[in-house]
Amino acid sequence: MGLGKNSGLYEKRQPVFPKAVDGRFRRFKWLVMVAALTIYYVTPWLRWDRGAYAPNQAVLVDLAHRRFFFGPIEIWPHEFYYVAGLLIMAGVGLFMVTSIVGRAWCGYACPQTVWTDLFQHIERFVDGDRNAQLKLAKAPWGPAKAARRLTKWSLFLLVSVLTGGAWIFYFADAPTLAREFLAGDAPYVAYATVALLTTTTFVFGGFMREQVCIYMCPWPRIQTAMMDERTLIVTYKDWRGEPRGRGRRPATLDDLGASPEKLGDCIDCNQCVAVCPTGIDIREGPQIGCITCALCIDACDQVMTKIGKPRGLIDYATLEDCAAEKAGRAPRRLSKVLSHPRTLIYFAVWGGVGAAMLFSVGDRARLTISAQHQRNPSFVQLSDGHVRNGYTVKLRNMEGRPRAIEVSVAGLPGAVLWTDGGSRAQATDRLTATVPADSLAKLPIFVVAPLVDEGSESFEFRARALTKDHPETAAVRAEFEGPEEQ
Amino acid sequence: MADNKSIDQATGTETVGHEWDGIQELNTPLPRWWLWTFYASIVWAIAYTVAFPAWPLVSRATAGVLHWSSRGQLDQELAADAARKAPLLKAIAATPIEQLPGKPQLWQAAVEGGHAAFRNNCTQCHGTGAAGSKGYPNLNDDDWLWGGDLKAIQYTIANGVRNPDHPQTRTSQMPSFGRDGLLQPNEISDVVAYVRTISHQQPANAEARRGAAIFAANCAACHGATGTGNRAVGAPNLTDSIWLYGGDEASLTNTVTNAHYGVMPRWEAKLGPTQVKMLAAYVYSLGGGERAPVQIAGAPPKR
Repeated sequence: MGLGKNSGLYEKRQPVFPKAVDGRFRRFKWLVMVAALTIYYVTPWLRWDRGAYAPNQAVLVDLAHRRFFFGPIEIWPHEFYYVAGLLIMAGVGLFMVTSIVGRAWCGYACPQTVWTDLFQHIERFVDGDRNAQLKLAKAPWGPAKAARRLTKWSLFLLVSVLTGGAWIFYFADAPTLAREFLAGDAPYVAYATVALLTTTTFVFGGFMREQVCIYMCPWPRIQTAMMDERTLIVTYKDWRGEPRGRGRRPATLDDLGASPEKLGDCIDCNQCVAVCPTGIDIREGPQIGCITCALCIDACDQVMTKIGKPRGLIDYATLEDCAAEKAGRAPRRLSKVLSHPRTLIYFAVWGGVGAAMLFSVGDRARLTISAQHQRNPSFVQLSDGHVRNGYTVKLRNMEGRPRAIEVSVAGLPGAVLWTDGGSRAQATDRLTATVPADSLAKLPIFVVAPLVDEGSESFEFRARALTKDHPETAAVRAEFEGPEEQ
Repeated sequence: MADNKSIDQATGTETVGHEWDGIQELNTPLPRWWLWTFYASIVWAIAYTVAFPAWPLVSRATAGVLHWSSRGQLDQELAADAARKAPLLKAIAATPIEQLPGKPQLWQAAVEGGHAAFRNNCTQCHGTGAAGSKGYPNLNDDDWLWGGDLKAIQYTIANGVRNPDHPQTRTSQMPSFGRDGLLQPNEISDVVAYVRTISHQQPANAEARRGAAIFAANCAACHGATGTGNRAVGAPNLTDSIWLYGGDEASLTNTVTNAHYGVMPRWEAKLGPTQVKMLAAYVYSLGGGERAPVQIAGAPPKR
């Protein structure tokens, strides 16, 4: 990275002009990039029919109504642990992948990498490959350079706006919001979000690039904790490459003062450095700037093929493999690499959380009842000697249709209840409330009972959904307070 | 520092020139954009203190060129809130109280507004939960001295009880039978026994039987022949389980001997008719409210 070459307190960014390269990792990177961008841009436009009372967007984070919709799964705020579970899975999954292949996330799937990659392709499309870019960067400003720069930045900006624009569609009905957005009727927070994400995409992807990875991102500092000597990392096999030869022909080697037998496979062509998106030299060993995108492997393999040497001078290898290879032994098989205890533990945690969540999603209740006892006063003595307690009973109908729900009390002899401003004259032993689709109904309920004993008694509020096709019941315990014995 | 550049051999990095026990610090500078971000923050901070209230002066702070203040914003928000509520309050004022329950939106607003007014004006005597205490009626229960329908509650709150400066006020006067010598102590204990009998607190005995005659002669005029009370004069029902001043022997003896004169202010003078109406709605909604003689259209929803 050449951090030491500057004498000031602060260092100017050294621009990086990565060269285009082709190879198996480059093609894989294309694949991941297309998949990631497709998922990101297309997901909010997928539809999912949930019936008349719920939105029909497949993935929707409905902050206004505090509902998350993921296809057939609907998450209520009190079920936020599913989201927490997903985050834990994402985290542990990242640890697991890191323990197997190091910074694969950084190299292929991180948004910073994906958009930087996209922007670099645009850059090559406008300015040409590395050499042309270098030349253009050194060239004085003139109409031609200005035109190219303007074209490039406009394309950057276009991508940035589309990127920022796509994000908001996850939070509202996409077609509606798109129309409102273009008409200028969207909520200001939509415009603010688009503006913010456009700015960050434009600046981070277009200009800061590797600076984000090296200086701003905490991940490279943390990731080493998940890696050990059995983790695949991008490695330059110095025992094979060194000492470096400058040319391909043995004739020139004498001039360098080295005998052909002693000379390593590396011909110091610098292709690995030229293609690196963060501008590092992998031959200096593992370092914070390396995002393990493996483009240097592609570049080096090409060169090795050309000069008739075996591929893999730069390769994904574990430190154990390196030691084995240096000593002349064969590297371990991939299955052996994967059966690493650390990786298996990560997988067990990841799979455990996933299995628990799947089970829980399949098993969760769509009708719940809760009862909050009125505390002040905790009971009311009525003129006929009966005692009245007040409760706020909450019925949660988590199905996408309105349901008639019957509330009754059990375990309190002679108890009657009423609600909704009715009077005691209308009290019954059960009452029915229609709870709208996908919502919570709060019922102020009065329970009157002849008090058998002094003090408090425990009883149960029961809720029963009166739907024929899917009857569901729920119950909650509540306390019935009465006067203490004098 | 710039004078004696020394390069660390192992890393090829320049050192800053410090040395401590042979340990030298490498100079690995931050990127330049970091510096510019820092400068931009300083500029932002200066602009911010110019635009918003910031610098403390002797008696107040600088106003800021945008003339924004949190107090001013609060005033604006309160004014906006008052404007938002105005039509609702107007509608409540224009609607007779017995029709309020038929209009769910107005009813809900009235109950909530009444709750707020209650917290400010009534909790001192009736408690935050309106449960009252000895001498201060519990407004949750179903026993009403002056009537528990909406209009009666509204009238009581508006005009108060035994409020000396207004002729419309609720007034009842129980004689101090003991203090004024109207009844002898043994007669008082007889009548107390009778009252405790009709309220099912103790079985009838000789004392109570003697008390029945005394009750008929002295108390029945207000409390009724059977002791069920009379709301027209605010005479409590003596046969139920609810006692404002206590139903045990000592409390009843004290009540008959000295009589009690609970007082409530005339709230309309202070709060105005609309707030009183809302207060009545709130009190009615506590669960003990009685059906008004006028038939109400629709069940009144609560909250």
